[in-house]
Amino acid sequence: MSTLEVSPVEPLSGQSSHPVINDFSIQVATVNGSGSQTANSVLMRSIFQMGIPVSGKNMFPSNIAGLPTWFTIRASKHGYIGRRKEVDFLVAMNPETAREDVMKLDSGAAVVYDAPLKLSELRSDLHFYPVPFDKLVAPVCPDAKLRKLVRNMIYDGVVSWLLSIEMEEIRRALVKQFGKRKAKAAELNWGAAKAGFEYAAKTFAKTDPFRVERMNETAGKIIIDGNSACALGAMFAGVTVVTWYPITPSSSLVESLIGYMKRFRHDPETGKATYAIVQAEDELASIGMALGAGWAGARSMTATAGPGISLMSEFIGLGYYAEIPAVIYNVERVGPSTGLPTRTAQSDLLFTAILSHGDTRHPMFFPCSPEECFSMSIEAFQFAEKFQTPVFVMTDLDLGMNNWMADPFPYPEAPIERGKVLTAQDLERLGGFARYKDVDGDGVGYRTLPGTNHPAASYFTRGSGHNEKAQYTEREDDYINNMDRLAHKFEVMRQHVPAPVVHIADNAHIGFVAVGTSDYGVRESVDQLKSEYDIDASYLRLKAYPFTQRLTDFIRRHDRVYVVDQNRDAQLLGLMRLEFDAELIAKLRSVRYYGGLPLDARTITDEIVRQEGK
Amino acid sequence: MSTTAPPPPKKVNRIGLEVLNYKGSKTTLCAGCGHNSISERIVECFYELGVEPYTVAKFSGIGCSSKSPAYFLGLSHGFNGVHGRMPAIATGAILANSKLKGIGVTGDGDTASIGIGQFMHLVRRNLPMIYIIEDNGVYGLTKGQFSATADLGSTLKTGVHNDLPPFDCCALALKWGATFVARSFSGDKKQLQAIIKTAISHQGLSVIDVVSPCVTFNDHEGSTKSYSYMKEHEFMLQELDYVPSYEDISVEIPEGGVMDVPMHDGSHLRIRKLDRDFDPTDRFAALKMLEEAEKKHEVLTGVLYVNTNKPTFLELLNLEDAPIATLPQSKVRPSRSVLDEVMEELR
Repeated sequence: MSTLEVSPVEPLSGQSSHPVINDFSIQVATVNGSGSQTANSVLMRSIFQMGIPVSGKNMFPSNIAGLPTWFTIRASKHGYIGRRKEVDFLVAMNPETAREDVMKLDSGAAVVYDAPLKLSELRSDLHFYPVPFDKLVAPVCPDAKLRKLVRNMIYDGVVSWLLSIEMEEIRRALVKQFGKRKAKAAELNWGAAKAGFEYAAKTFAKTDPFRVERMNETAGKIIIDGNSACALGAMFAGVTVVTWYPITPSSSLVESLIGYMKRFRHDPETGKATYAIVQAEDELASIGMALGAGWAGARSMTATAGPGISLMSEFIGLGYYAEIPAVIYNVERVGPSTGLPTRTAQSDLLFTAILSHGDTRHPMFFPCSPEECFSMSIEAFQFAEKFQTPVFVMTDLDLGMNNWMADPFPYPEAPIERGKVLTAQDLERLGGFARYKDVDGDGVGYRTLPGTNHPAASYFTRGSGHNEKAQYTEREDDYINNMDRLAHKFEVMRQHVPAPVVHIADNAHIGFVAVGTSDYGVRESVDQLKSEYDIDASYLRLKAYPFTQRLTDFIRRHDRVYVVDQNRDAQLLGLMRLEFDAELIAKLRSVRYYGGLPLDARTITDEIVRQEGK
Repeated sequence: MSTTAPPPPKKVNRIGLEVLNYKGSKTTLCAGCGHNSISERIVECFYELGVEPYTVAKFSGIGCSSKSPAYFLGLSHGFNGVHGRMPAIATGAILANSKLKGIGVTGDGDTASIGIGQFMHLVRRNLPMIYIIEDNGVYGLTKGQFSATADLGSTLKTGVHNDLPPFDCCALALKWGATFVARSFSGDKKQLQAIIKTAISHQGLSVIDVVSPCVTFNDHEGSTKSYSYMKEHEFMLQELDYVPSYEDISVEIPEGGVMDVPMHDGSHLRIRKLDRDFDPTDRFAALKMLEEAEKKHEVLTGVLYVNTNKPTFLELLNLEDAPIATLPQSKVRPSRSVLDEVMEELR
């Protein structure tokens, strides 16, 4: 084919003379199920191994195989690892989307593409590098059945040559990816990467400005997805009963946990498990089992996403009212209904906060990074038992399913605390107890566990009206007293939830409030606002609901506070409206994004500039 | 000289407790409700076998039947959950503490209507617990609507005719994995006692469907769950005797027509067959017999199936012997070196 003989494109004027080093994004467009995940992970990891801050985001369809998928790698010498909207370097492998992908690029971008797609005809302001993938893969992969999977590794080699990624790092990343047991697969892929590298070296003249240079910003760091980090947190929190029903994007949380528990939570002598993990028949059962286990004294958890949260609402009301500890991971995805199952959002905030009928309030924790997925998981289990209530750990698809670089997790030093549980000895000393009596003034009663060998231990748990002694009642005063105590307990939680992270800019009139993964976009936007518009902005990142006094103080301090929401209806702002007086509410503004992709800084900056009238 | 006579010695069981220690609060169900008889049987059985009340956990869903755990075993923890979802709560609790003897009480609406899914999965898991269905074919608390066990052609008090076939909870339990399945009648004290006692000894899921007439909404002519219907249509399969482990079984040598089923705890279920030849270890035969009985409008009562060999859900999970809920930190938080190892893998 003539396209294979294409000569290197003419350099675009004025581009290559200004190299762009360690500050660009690569987008790889492939077909779902074509095995591109390995090639993409290896590419990301090799840049990470060269010491350059990097992030990888997988934008994939709800499909097993055949639909388009994009993987974006961002290298940032400044350490910005949020999504960047602009693509600098495209690897176009998918015939379905290639033309549109190319047309969307900014002028000056580079395109590595499958030669038969003839993309260079489309535009004259881009750097094109055609690669005959099929021709290159045949000699390095004699087994025709494997070629589809190995083919993608060729672009790793091509991109390495173009961006000056050291091939030794590609090899190391491959070994890491496949492990010792799959050395043969690693070798096969290595051959493909080398073929790509050699082809690029002898065929192309580099004309685009993008390249990497070794830095020292990732030494000692790890790469992990948020779901695995939550799983590790749960294991080190001492979880004993795990119940679940598969749902994207939370499934890999429990699957990762299963892997770790099998390795590290069996008695070394007897081989017996110190935990139970049950794949339930649905989310109704998984939350029911988690609550049954929590009632019987286990540290229990389940993991789900929006549709599962909807199904769990009935049981969560029981957990709240009967006061049973459990940890529920909500890895948020785009709703309503089935929504966009493989896209990210923070659109369950309002619903989760008051999940179930009647008056209810639930604590929510908002980790923003793998480090916090780990540490706040441990805190969530402590908190659930301390306050005897379901606790929600709210992450999202972006945090849960994408790989992030992170600092290694510190070993939890605080001992496991089981909250107010009376033993037979306690009962002997006290002579008895009333399950829902506020003895200590914090709204939290003392409980006993079934199986406690004492005639005063038993009580009857119910979701119907109950008095201090857990007896059935429909009395007006009993009902009100109990509900008021529950409200008081929620107030006490404010002093005990993880504190927000606050950055005050000295001259700032405006401030940001955000949760979870909005952090990456907000932090970068704060810098953009300063450097591009000379706007100073403070920032408070909430780590939990209920809110604390520090949020009130932060709003008071600023003229306008922009509440960043990854949902249509400004739910985080809505939660704040429920609590604050008119004076504070009047200061609140909304920045919303709800397109299903991780929130990027430019979207926030543009919106602030518009609202600030700059 | 003082003449005060010493009080008569209190009657106690083998662990020194009185029957009072096995009772609960006063029932709030209707006078004559079959459910109250079942509660009494539960009290008697746990008392007579000398089960430590603190080792028992009671579970229920929502409905008249589900209120009853408050009326027995007051010294045991109880959990009245949400409608149709008692199996999930019980499963979680028993996973957390495998030493608990679980007893669930549910109704036909709770199990066969809203809770059919959880019931089937409980059966499939063979979770070791007792699951009693107090089956009256109607919803009492909402004033007399049909449930999914109401027989085809039966009528409500208001004359409304049931056009749909019933779920037979025993057939479902048999087909999908319960290891002790029995049907009884709330009015049959002896049979129900033997069945409940066997269930206490059984290691596996015991499903006991007890026809328990609702005197307020379903005890009329046209009902197939009434006292009079049972009088005419009950067909007792066997005469049952439960011989506890602490009694000498050799005293009474089984003769012809008698089958002794040894239970895990050393007790025996002694089954003396009546008119019909039937082997309760044969699941297929039991299903066939239920199918035939339905055609003849017979309500078969007795032990339909017993299997003491199938592993329970807890055995499949290979759990620690001690309750996992209360294992010490040293058992449930891996060491520092484990975290170091995992971090190294992720570098």
